[in-house]
Amino acid sequence: MHNSDKTRPLIQIRGLYKLFGKEPEKVMSRVHGGESKDRILADTGHTLGLRDINLEVRAGEIFVIMGLSGSGKSTLIRHFNRLIDPTEGEILVDGTDITGFSARELESFRRQKMSMVFQRFGLMPHRTVIDNVAYGLSVQGVAKAERLKKAAQWLDTVGLAGYEQQYPSRLSGGQQQRVGLARALCTDAEILLMDEAFSALDPLIRSEMQDQLIGLQSKLQKTIVFITHDLDEALRLGDRIAILKDGELVQQGAPEDILLNPATDYVEAFVKDVNRARALTVETVMKPPACRITAETIDEALNQMKKTSEDFGYYVNDDGYQGVILQQTLEQAMQKGNHKKVTSILIETVPAIQADSILESVIPDTLDTDFPLPVVDDHGQLQGQLSRSSLAEVLGDVATSQ
Amino acid sequence: MAKESWVTEFPDMERSDLIALRKTLDGAYREFSREHGDLIESFFDPLLAFLVWFENLLIGAPWLLILAVIIGLAYAASRSWKLCLGVVGALLTIGYFGMWENTMRTLSVITVCTLLSLVLGIPVGIAMARSDRVRKLVTPMLDIMQTMPAFVYLIPVVMLLGIGKIPGVIAVVIYAIPPVIRLTNLGIRLVDKEVLEAATAYGASPWQRLWGVQLPLAMPTIMAGINQTIMMALAMVVIASMIGVKGLGQPVLKSITNQYFTLGLLNGLAIVALAIIFDRVSQAYARRTQKHSGGAGHA
Repeated sequence: MHNSDKTRPLIQIRGLYKLFGKEPEKVMSRVHGGESKDRILADTGHTLGLRDINLEVRAGEIFVIMGLSGSGKSTLIRHFNRLIDPTEGEILVDGTDITGFSARELESFRRQKMSMVFQRFGLMPHRTVIDNVAYGLSVQGVAKAERLKKAAQWLDTVGLAGYEQQYPSRLSGGQQQRVGLARALCTDAEILLMDEAFSALDPLIRSEMQDQLIGLQSKLQKTIVFITHDLDEALRLGDRIAILKDGELVQQGAPEDILLNPATDYVEAFVKDVNRARALTVETVMKPPACRITAETIDEALNQMKKTSEDFGYYVNDDGYQGVILQQTLEQAMQKGNHKKVTSILIETVPAIQADSILESVIPDTLDTDFPLPVVDDHGQLQGQLSRSSLAEVLGDVATSQ
Repeated sequence: MAKESWVTEFPDMERSDLIALRKTLDGAYREFSREHGDLIESFFDPLLAFLVWFENLLIGAPWLLILAVIIGLAYAASRSWKLCLGVVGALLTIGYFGMWENTMRTLSVITVCTLLSLVLGIPVGIAMARSDRVRKLVTPMLDIMQTMPAFVYLIPVVMLLGIGKIPGVIAVVIYAIPPVIRLTNLGIRLVDKEVLEAATAYGASPWQRLWGVQLPLAMPTIMAGINQTIMMALAMVVIASMIGVKGLGQPVLKSITNQYFTLGLLNGLAIVALAIIFDRVSQAYARRTQKHSGGAGHA
């Protein structure tokens, strides 16, 4: 899921304000004066939807905007494709400010650049499933045979082959949202906006859909803006998360930042109930390996070990992590004097854990082993170690910083 | 008795002033119709020509052919043989009682009035749905059209265009057009906002939204409006006959003045039969084309 293009900011939002009401321009001075949302509503009848939003979505990431109902998250996502126009501020996509687009430019921008998935699916009840999927292409004027062929492929990708000629009302909620997803993917737009896309689904179906999205994303590398009110969902899907409260951004960051360093009491209250064992991966809590043994002889190995205060070390060679060596074992081998080189007999096999696995899955392993568990990457290279105590610290109720 | 005061007597305007007002307005309108009547009449000439042509077609063609065409249309719309059988029965009975020709006349007027109402009414309904300002302007006009006694707006129409088919058609259209306008507006406004938003998000132009989403989804409601419009047009048949529209209305009118109960009843029943045919066929059509909603409502 991680690729090199991720640092390029694809969407930038700068100083975005949205004021709902009859004469928003006249009331903006009060907003800039720092008056509260309630005060402005009481005095002028204008509702402040968004206040000074600044954010950056990088190419290829899943950017989650999270907030409770009324926080302005649905309003915010509708600014990305200007279903709602901002009162003030810039929305740059690929460096172009889309707030200046004419109706024509906006239409072609929406056709080519962004597609959207809706909370209640937004499918057209009078069109068959395949015509719904092909809708974006039909708007663009793509020939019928071509668009139906493409739609059929995407329908197959989301696992709904065979449903082409059904009408949406005959499908279950999960199936309808798959159609919504296929419709969004069918236009090949670079950016996918998902407005509480899974919120209307049963928990089981929701988690299935999340898996499917993660699976698709690893293949497609779209830029996804995902709205949710569910922190577990945000942590599961998001490469980065922005938390919105009363129309203001409270915190932006990687999931583990939000979880481990909540910026305000509000965020802290939010993250309190999260099951961290499921939300965090090993690499977010692991420590650097205390002792890494690369030596070929017992002598050097003991020296390497003595430099650290540990009585064990992780033995690493060109092929990556091999196992654990105990100081005791090395010293005994020295006394016997029959081995000069470090051999496999001296190494104890301690299974390594993957850096990107979630904490929950490694808890049994940490309990079975006396040492901190070695953590390796996809190529078997040693990345760090995970001790029972650091695990307990993170999973325990101490919501303090690292 | 005390002197008359504005407390006991309504302070109405002077009789002479009222007469002057009436005379001025009537005079002005009469002047207007004398000056522009011919021009306006000529404007309606194509419509009149079409009306006459259509009426002659229905009367002139062999009755079996007409019957076959009507059955064909009814079946195409409803796909129900049972309904078609009812239509045949009703039309044969009408013909047997000697009302075939009048029924054809009425049918032609109703058809033209309905088509005219749809052609004018649906665009107005769409405009109302798109703009609140248009809606605020049109709604009171529709209220007036529906509540003003038909005889009152017959007066200026007759003054302008005389007695005949065209004034009749105008009167019928004025009376029958409000439902289709109102229900087109309502239907479009009731279209699921998220579906419309989805269309916008995928870059649909206003035109694509209208034809691809709003009208198809508003169709059940619009069909109900069309149905109402047909019914109201039929209800106007008798009043229209007062200003020279021939058909089933005239015998009814004659029956009232001469107290011919049976003649009135038969022609009245023929109008009812026409109404039921139109109603059932159009409703069956609406139901058939809305099958996709599957009774589960909009997703």
